[in-house]
Amino acid sequence: MMELLSTRLYYFAAFLLLGVGTYMLIGNANLVKKVIGMNIFQTGIFLFFIVVAFVDGASPPLLTASPPYVSPLPHVLILTAIVVGVSLTAVALGLVVRIYHEYGTLDEDAIERVIDGD
Amino acid sequence: MTDLPPLLVAAPIFGSVTILLAGLVRNRTGWPLAVLASVVQVGGAVALATRAFGDDPVRYVVGGFTAPYGIELLVDGLSATMVVLVAVVSLGVLAYTRRAGPRSNAFYATYLLLVAGLTGMSLTSDVFNMYVFLEITGLAAYALVASGEGGESALAALKYLLVGTVGASLFLLGIGYAYVATGTLNMTDLAAQLAAVGYTSPLVRASFGLLVAGLFVKIAVFPVHTWQPDAYANAPDSVSAFISALVSTVAAYALARIVFTVFTVDFLAANAFAQSVLVAGAAVSIVFGSVLAVMQTELKQMLAYSSISQFGLVVGAIAIANGTAVTGAMIHLVGHAVMKGGLFLTCGLVAAETGARTVEEYDGLVERFPLGAGAFAVLAFAMVGVPPAVGFVGKWYVALGAVEAEAWPLAVVIFASTLLTLAYFARVLERMYFREPAAPAATVDPAAEGATAEVAADGTGSAPHATSLGMRAAVVATAVLAVALGVGAVEYGQLLESTIERLLA
Repeated sequence: MMELLSTRLYYFAAFLLLGVGTYMLIGNANLVKKVIGMNIFQTGIFLFFIVVAFVDGASPPLLTASPPYVSPLPHVLILTAIVVGVSLTAVALGLVVRIYHEYGTLDEDAIERVIDGD
Repeated sequence: MTDLPPLLVAAPIFGSVTILLAGLVRNRTGWPLAVLASVVQVGGAVALATRAFGDDPVRYVVGGFTAPYGIELLVDGLSATMVVLVAVVSLGVLAYTRRAGPRSNAFYATYLLLVAGLTGMSLTSDVFNMYVFLEITGLAAYALVASGEGGESALAALKYLLVGTVGASLFLLGIGYAYVATGTLNMTDLAAQLAAVGYTSPLVRASFGLLVAGLFVKIAVFPVHTWQPDAYANAPDSVSAFISALVSTVAAYALARIVFTVFTVDFLAANAFAQSVLVAGAAVSIVFGSVLAVMQTELKQMLAYSSISQFGLVVGAIAIANGTAVTGAMIHLVGHAVMKGGLFLTCGLVAAETGARTVEEYDGLVERFPLGAGAFAVLAFAMVGVPPAVGFVGKWYVALGAVEAEAWPLAVVIFASTLLTLAYFARVLERMYFREPAAPAATVDPAAEGATAEVAADGTGSAPHATSLGMRAAVVATAVLAVALGVGAVEYGQLLESTIERLLA
């Protein structure tokens, strides 16, 4: 078990992040914390891709470096996924600002009460 | 015209940017520009479709990097159908939005961005490219849902965003697993490589599970549908129609693509459990979607739950995985888009004309607004599956496929789905045609305009306003199409034959 943990540490970290993110998305009533949870969830996936591409003792994929090389493709994919994640966060925060203007709170339960109230 | 496939994705994005820039100079220039872009899109989509329904799919390599290294676009009967559907529906909904709004340039820019995302998802033959278009589609859809007035549409959009992002992220994780197993992202290449790795490899199975789970969220299959009813009910009427007709539809197309092109039917044959998951998702969606639809008091909520049930049927057809069922799935996807989009537009038209938004307020609608009641009845009967409407043909093919495959439990659920659909539409139809209007306040009366405006201002939609010829024309056109497509559906099925044979080979 300990050996598995030490050789696969980054994979454990990636899936721990997925778990923490999911828990924050579901368990938190605060909308901003939900958005943070979504970010942590995505970070877990980014880490997973980067770990997958890593080769022990390999050099960066440059012609001047000597083989074996680290696989560059997952890095490129994750660069794109990070851009997507930033835009999602921007849209989410924009919506959060609008919700706060409308209801004066970011607490999900309190918003529920406001909607039921009027 | 060999560059047509990438142009179909680039043109709406170009249109979107143009509208945004034009908005800086003059406000409210969005609608004519969006119509222009949509007309171009329809023309291009039809031109592409005429070439795609052949024995060979149209292939296009982006940027000169040959497949499997570069991104490849592949247009066969399935993708061509989706591209034409997206183009036509977006043009049709524009006829409605001219009067009904929203009218800002930002809205039309986002609208075209959604068209670009959906077209891209339909055309691409690269799984990561599909993820990017899935997110573009998602981002545009979240923004469109939030374009409604009041806080509730923003809240619904945020919920949609959070759940939708988790779905898309699971899809991305599934791509990661497939990439680890094979080292490729091209769909055709993946199919060969996954077979070489072995269909029972845990990596391949996990990849399938994650990809399907991600798409289930986007399609809104029962247990992970929670974003969908709020998003449809709180968006402006034109947006509800547009999104309900296209977003889940293209996600369902993506599921068919992933299951048949990437994993192939051999994978389903080798993993009975994978097939059971699809069947279970389908059956649960059909039953619970309908039951929840019966329980709704607000009409748009009811239609939203109805979509969950109808997409259960499509997922079921994909699970059955024989030619008849997949043909049925495609017909039902197109038919559902026309019928459900039409029903949402009718709802919006009725609300604009009479202020009625709940099932109770539809009492005696036929006397107050015969056109709306008539269109609603035609579309509802088409959705239930009364021949010769398109809803009947789609369900018939899917049911026939289930019987051919001897998937009896699913066949029973599919036949029952017709009754279940009738259950929630019958109570609206009964109220519209056989009851007296309840309160005089609900009738069309200039003095009552103010009162109904207050009711509608609580965020469920825009205030009642005069209806335009375009709004009526769009509603009537969908009702006519729902019946007319049923007549042409059999020929369309024959047209698809070579594509589906290749898909299931």
